[in-house]
Amino acid sequence: MANDRTARSASATPPAAAGGVAATLPAPKKKHYSLLTRRDTITLWLMAGIPTLVVIVFILVPTVSSIVLSFTSWNGVGAIKFVGAQNYIDLVQTYKPFFPALAHNVIWLLFFLFIATPLGMFLAVLLDKNIRGTRIYQSAIYMPVVLSLAVVGFIWFLIYAPEQGLLNNVLGRTEQGNQISWLGNPSLNLWAVLIAASWRQVGYVMVLYLAGLKGVDPSLREAAAIDGANERQTFRHVVFPVMAPINMVILVITVIESLRAFDLAFIVNKGLNGLELLSTLVTNNIIGEASRIGFGSAIAVVLLVISVGPIIFYLFRTLREEIQ
Amino acid sequence: MVGLAAPWRRNGLITLASLAIIVSACGGGASPTPAAPSAAPPASEAPAASEAPPASAAPAGDTTLGSNESDAVPKAAVAAMVDYCQTQTGVNVKVNTTDHNTFQNQISSYLQAKPDDVAKWFAGNRVRFFAAQGLLSPIDDVWAEIEKYMTPGLKVASTAADGKTYFVPVYQYPWVVLYRKSLFTEKGYTIPKTMDEFKALGDKMKADGLVPLAFGDQDGWPAMGTFDILNMRMNGYTFHMGLMNGTEKWSDPRVKAVFEKWAELLPYFQEGAPGRTWQDAAKLALVDKKAGMYFLGTFANEQAGENAPDVGFFPFPLMGTQYDSENAIDAPIDGFMLTGNPANPEAAKALLKCFGTPEAQLAYVLSPGLTSVAVSPLADTSKYTDVQKAQAEILKGAGFIAQFLDRDARADFAGPSGMQGFLLSFLNDPKQDLDKFLGEIQAYYDTLPPQE
Amino acid sequence: MTAGAAARQKKLRRAGLQAFLITMSVLWVAPILWALYTSFRPYEETARLGYVSIGGVYNLDNYITSWTQGELPKYFLNTVVILVPAVILVLFLASMMAFTVSRYSWRFNLILLMLFTAANLLPQQVIITPLFRIFLALPMVAPLSDNGVLYDQYIGIMVIHVAFQLGFCTFVLSNYMKTLPKELNEAAVVDGASVWKTYWTIILPLTRPALAALATLQVTWIYNDFFWALVLMKSGDRMPITSAMNNLKGQFFTDNNLVAAGSLMIAIPTLIVFFALQKQFVAGLTLGSTKG
Repeated sequence: MANDRTARSASATPPAAAGGVAATLPAPKKKHYSLLTRRDTITLWLMAGIPTLVVIVFILVPTVSSIVLSFTSWNGVGAIKFVGAQNYIDLVQTYKPFFPALAHNVIWLLFFLFIATPLGMFLAVLLDKNIRGTRIYQSAIYMPVVLSLAVVGFIWFLIYAPEQGLLNNVLGRTEQGNQISWLGNPSLNLWAVLIAASWRQVGYVMVLYLAGLKGVDPSLREAAAIDGANERQTFRHVVFPVMAPINMVILVITVIESLRAFDLAFIVNKGLNGLELLSTLVTNNIIGEASRIGFGSAIAVVLLVISVGPIIFYLFRTLREEIQ
Repeated sequence: MVGLAAPWRRNGLITLASLAIIVSACGGGASPTPAAPSAAPPASEAPAASEAPPASAAPAGDTTLGSNESDAVPKAAVAAMVDYCQTQTGVNVKVNTTDHNTFQNQISSYLQAKPDDVAKWFAGNRVRFFAAQGLLSPIDDVWAEIEKYMTPGLKVASTAADGKTYFVPVYQYPWVVLYRKSLFTEKGYTIPKTMDEFKALGDKMKADGLVPLAFGDQDGWPAMGTFDILNMRMNGYTFHMGLMNGTEKWSDPRVKAVFEKWAELLPYFQEGAPGRTWQDAAKLALVDKKAGMYFLGTFANEQAGENAPDVGFFPFPLMGTQYDSENAIDAPIDGFMLTGNPANPEAAKALLKCFGTPEAQLAYVLSPGLTSVAVSPLADTSKYTDVQKAQAEILKGAGFIAQFLDRDARADFAGPSGMQGFLLSFLNDPKQDLDKFLGEIQAYYDTLPPQE
Repeated sequence: MTAGAAARQKKLRRAGLQAFLITMSVLWVAPILWALYTSFRPYEETARLGYVSIGGVYNLDNYITSWTQGELPKYFLNTVVILVPAVILVLFLASMMAFTVSRYSWRFNLILLMLFTAANLLPQQVIITPLFRIFLALPMVAPLSDNGVLYDQYIGIMVIHVAFQLGFCTFVLSNYMKTLPKELNEAAVVDGASVWKTYWTIILPLTRPALAALATLQVTWIYNDFFWALVLMKSGDRMPITSAMNNLKGQFFTDNNLVAAGSLMIAIPTLIVFFALQKQFVAGLTLGSTKG
């Protein structure tokens, strides 16, 4: 043991001068710490191995299994039978809720992309100005983000209920035959739910964007001001481009959140009658007395395939340094 | 861990028992293996001193019961019946209650993953399916003792495809038209017996500013009751059951006639049903008196609160077809089943034998607020509330009894991805192309894998 | 434009901005305030006067009823039992992983990082069925499990939360650890410290701000989740508070005021965390989403 240690200290590069600048040593990373004690190596393997094992067993294996199961007609009990691509064919040809669900997920995405996210960004820009009370405004807009989606669902239910809800009472439409069924009318309910979801999404985006804005080098703005640019021009030509990485992150988060949309629609009516989403379809097929595991997994795989695109995009953007 | 409240000793025993069962059981769960600790000492309470001698010399022991009755009134009923049988048999029962919908949604996983010994469930295809999968234990020995309390029809409803019984029925409730008696007297309405009278009554109610029929289909299943009754009245019980088990087709013109009739009657039903829960609809009819009638199971009366005694029922009117004489109705039967590998089969079976007796069934239905009636024809109906007596009358008058669409048909067909969704789309657009609509239903049915 | 006019215009714009922001904030908080208002009114009052009304009795009855009838203390306890170990565990495992990946260079670093990050972005429904099967199959010893497997156990929910959140936490912590000077490692080596000691006594304490930020986020996210317990737990008694809310809605279906009170009570812990630890919250989110 002792020999190992001395050998290592002899070959290790000398530490930078005490209290000096944190100099970045030009030595290539790979050469450092190549001689670790046996004990240290084991420790490192454990420290990395256990978390990796957890993720592999509980996330990777199920994901791969879902893909495999999608080619079976399993119902949760009994033998597993392979049926090739039959589930996918059924999904597209005879499963009535599939295309509506797909459409709803797209609508969800577009709504978030063109309404909720821009609103969040807009508010962030406004709140970046250090005006009085900015803390309070931020808290107010961010508050819905900390609430569970189940709570969000109930709060908005109090607003949308046909007889007892706030909206209908204010609009005077609580009488039988004159009620607006915000959650029951298939042409309205998706929008009603989207508003509730956006209530939350706006705050989330706002906080992220605000943090990004605060990270923008003030000298850039000063330079723009000196050049005579007004606020809007400064934002469009200086700040926004510099925020490119943040913009990417927000874009990806928006896409992923709309693909993961589930809780609100499920709470209202299990995702029926206008609130179909890919996630609720999966859940309805898998949970329940009649579990069509194979078929449900096929829908899950569709969801996975659609999600993979943005995920890979996100990975490459954020881990770009490491790759180079 | 704070949450594992069961006493250590019992935990250890159950784990040991489960391990023993896993090790010893090989292939097919249909025949339960006796639990290793058959000499398990009874846990906490000793059986209370009983007024009557125990019904059978069953060994005392612990058993568990899984129940989906999370609402207050039925929860108390389960407790009352369990208490009665604990006294009768000396068995100690721990009741595990789960939220109503959660229990049903998770039943498949529940039965596969160390369930309670006894589980509350429903007759019909719903129990047959799990029996066929080998997740339940046959209880022919239990039926040998309770058969004398039951009708042949009840036995059929409890028997699976392999000819063995798996279910002990306890109570049932018919689907009827509910109304407030005081409202009818006040407005001078009379109970309609035929469809024409029904429509006339509906018109009168509309003129009086009432909704003729309350209706709430947010959960997807209430609409099935309307389909069932129309189909049975128009096309007969045999055709209806054929449709349920797949031998008849949804694309049959007879089914189309049902939907056309329904579309004709829809103006009498409350609009906006997809956005209303059945409880809200019940409240409208039975509490607020804003709707004249309500077609649902008699359990709707539990929502009436203090108005319950004022609620009356009548069977859905006859349609004037050749099947009128059948007087068919939906009257689902609820009861209990024995799960695949119970920890204590003797105690569980003793419990089930007690559940099959008329006295136990009465203990359940006479619990305050309960509206269902006991299934046994030998049950003493003198103590029934007026509401229950009315139901017993209706049941007696019914020639054929179906279990309700989502209990007669296969579950993956009846669920949210299937009929629930289809019926909702019909309610949203009754004028749609029915041939296409029914074709879609049949196509969906055809994609479902064969049930073993 | 004169200086005076410019200043006035700026003031006007500022005033306009304030007005806009005040409106937005009020609009945003309005639903919560509405729920709050409704929760203080007994059902009979709103039935009598209508929901959009002032007057009648105001009291805490709804809170008391939903607390007792809804058995909220039991469910809160369940949540705590799942939440606290889960947060500790996830931070512990993530910090170990981040440490390895950021301070030591490995061939696998990148792949592992990608795996972890992707794992957090998957929709929950994609893995639920095989996960359920795994939960039924993996043996687990008492006292952690009273039925021999992970299904329907606190530890099961704990484990899936940990697995699901590991990616995000590892990502954030590894970003943060990369900013700590490399000299620390070298100094430790010179002092003869083992890898574990370096981690435990040097790096981990320095990561405290990031850990605090993450803890705040994790507490909120794990508390708010309701899907896992919906499928992986069957005993009603053991469900965490958010999953048990279904019961609340089922029992008190027509009494919206009760539901309002119940939901707000359920929201209180997260709101407290939010108000007390707002800075950490925001820090946690931004550490993970912004680069360097």
